[in-house]
Amino acid sequence: MSTDLLTIALSDTRVLQAIELVWHEAALLDAKDYQTWDALWTDEGRYVIPIDPDTDDFDGSLNMVNDDTRMRRMRIERLTSGYSMSALAAARTVRTVSRFTVEDRTEDSITLKSAQILVGFKRDDQQTLAADVTHRIRDTEAGPRLDLKVIRLVNSQAAVNASGYLL
Amino acid sequence: MTTSLDPTLSETNFADLATDDRVDGSLYTDPDMFEAELERIFYRTWVWVAHESEIPEAGSFKMATIGRQPVIVNRDRKGNFNVLLNRCRHRGASVCEVPKGKANGFTCPYHSWSYALDGRLRGIPYPDGYDEDLDKKDLPLQSLRVESYAGMIFASFNPDIEPLDEFLGDAKVWIDLFMKQGAGYPIKTQGEHCFRFRGNWKIQLENTTDGYHFPIVHRSWMSSVDAETADMLSFMTDDNAVTHALGNGHSVAIMVPEHVDLDHDDGTEKIQARFDHIVEELSKTMPADQVRRIVRSMHGAGFNLNIFPNVAMSMSFFRVLRPIAVDETEIRHIALGMDGGPEIVNRERLRIHEHFQGPFGFGSPDDSEAWDRVQRGSRGAPGMPIMVNRGLNREALDSDGHRTSHVTDETGMREAYAMWKRMMTDEH
Ligand code: FES
Ligand SMILES: [Fe+2]
Repeated sequence: MSTDLLTIALSDTRVLQAIELVWHEAALLDAKDYQTWDALWTDEGRYVIPIDPDTDDFDGSLNMVNDDTRMRRMRIERLTSGYSMSALAAARTVRTVSRFTVEDRTEDSITLKSAQILVGFKRDDQQTLAADVTHRIRDTEAGPRLDLKVIRLVNSQAAVNASGYLL
Repeated sequence: MTTSLDPTLSETNFADLATDDRVDGSLYTDPDMFEAELERIFYRTWVWVAHESEIPEAGSFKMATIGRQPVIVNRDRKGNFNVLLNRCRHRGASVCEVPKGKANGFTCPYHSWSYALDGRLRGIPYPDGYDEDLDKKDLPLQSLRVESYAGMIFASFNPDIEPLDEFLGDAKVWIDLFMKQGAGYPIKTQGEHCFRFRGNWKIQLENTTDGYHFPIVHRSWMSSVDAETADMLSFMTDDNAVTHALGNGHSVAIMVPEHVDLDHDDGTEKIQARFDHIVEELSKTMPADQVRRIVRSMHGAGFNLNIFPNVAMSMSFFRVLRPIAVDETEIRHIALGMDGGPEIVNRERLRIHEHFQGPFGFGSPDDSEAWDRVQRGSRGAPGMPIMVNRGLNREALDSDGHRTSHVTDETGMREAYAMWKRMMTDEH
C-alpha cells in the first residue's frame, strides 16, 4: 500500500515540487541562510523538534523546539545577531534528506515523511544526527510553502548536544 | 580514558590544589582526580536521584545514575522510596532498562532471578542447582540509603552518612521557598531536556550561582524576551541581589529579590503584559488575588539554589548534573509545573522552559559553549589557577552567619570548593 503511494507520488508533479522544496530547504539550512529559509514558511507555520517520539500534542508536552512564526523569527534573530557565542561557533553541517513517502494529500497540501542524516563538524568533533522528518507543504498563491515541520531525532530522549545550528 | 602523564600527580594530595579563593586548573583535567571524586564525593555523600512526582504511585520507578553506577528509584506499596543498585546478584546484568514506568518488581532477563520493589530476591528458577544453604535473604539487590526532603529524593552509597536533614542544613529554608512556586499546588516535573558538554562537572557546578556571566552569555536571550522580563533580571546593579554560602557546599544566588518569597506580595509589581491571556482565562473561575499569585510564580522562584554536588533548583526547573568522565558531563533541565494547577499555566511554563533551556534553547547552548571553552582553555597550563576570588573584598556575614556578597560574586563557588576540599582530604 505504501509502495503504491510512493509509485504514484513520484509521477506526480505536486509531489516532486514538494520534494524539491525540502531539498532546497536543506541547502539553505546547511548554508545557514536563515532569512531566506524564513521566507519558505506560511504565516501559520509550525516548526517542532519534540522530545517524546510518539506525541503529536506538541503544546501539551516539552519540546526542544516548538516555534510559531514569532518564535521562529526570534530564533533567526538570535542566530544571526552576533550576540550568541554558540551560534558564532556553530558546527558546519552537511545533511541528506531522502527516503520520501507521501503520508497525506489534500486539495492544497502534501505531507511528506523522510529520513534526514546530518553530519556536523565543530573543532575536533564530528557529530551525526539522524531523524525522521515530517513536512506538510501547502500550496499558496506564492507557491508551495512549509506549513509544518516535525523533526523526530532518533536520540530525542537521550542526550542531544547543544548545537548552534538548525535542523 | 587517558592516564596522567605526570607520575607524581597521583601522589598529590588533591585537596592541596584548592585554596580559599583559587583552584588548580588540573581540577578539570586530571583523570586520577576524577576517579577520586567519584569515590570520595559521589559514592560518599547524598546525591539527588528523583523528585517524588516522577514516581507518583506504588510501583512507579525510574532509572538514575550515581557517579557511574546505575540505580533504580521506586516507590513501593507501603509508600516507601527505594533506591536499588541496578545489578543482578547472579551474574551482574542490569535488571531494568526502561527509563521509567510501573512494575511489581524486577525480573532479570538473563536467568530470571526476580526481585521485589524493595530489592528482596523473590525467586530463582530451577533452584535445585544450588546448595540447600543458599538463602534468598542473603541476595537482595543492593539497597542504598534513601531520604527525602520536600519531595526531593536523595540516595547514598554510604551507610554511615549523616541524616539528609543535617546535610541540607540551612539550604532547607530555601528549598521550602523554592517550592512556593506551586502557588498552593504541589510541584510536579513535566519533562526534561538532556545534553552533554565536553567539560568537567565542576565547571557546571560553578555556573548555577554565577550571576556574573548572565548578561554577557545570555545577551541573545535577553534581547528576545520582553522588557519586563529583562528588567526583572536587572540584578547586576541591584544591591539586594546577593549570594549566600549556606554550608556543606550549598549556596544560593538571588536574582529577583522580590520573588524570593512568592507568598509575599507588596502589590507594587505590575503583571507582565505577555501573561494577559492567562489572567483573562484564570479570572473566569478564580479570585483576582489567586490569579495574581499564580502569575507571579510563572517564572519560578527568584533565585538559584545549588545543592552540592549534583542538583540545582533554579527559577522554574531542576538542573541535574552527572559526571561522565573528567572532561564530559551530562546535564538535565527538568521543567516544573503545578500539580493539579491550571493547564494553561503549565503549558505556558513549558513554553518559558523551551525558550531558554535545552540543546535548542536560547540560553543553554551559550552556557554549554562557555563551559566547553573553560575545559579547552584549562588544558593550557593546568597548574595555573582558576580564580574564584571575585567579591572577597565585599564579602560579609549576614544575620544568619552566612558569608554573603553580591550575586555577581563568587561566594557560591568558594563554598562548593570548600566542601570539595573537605571531602577530598584523606582524613575524611
Ligand atoms: S544475571 Fe541475572 S539472573 Fe543471571
Ligand atoms: Fe547561564
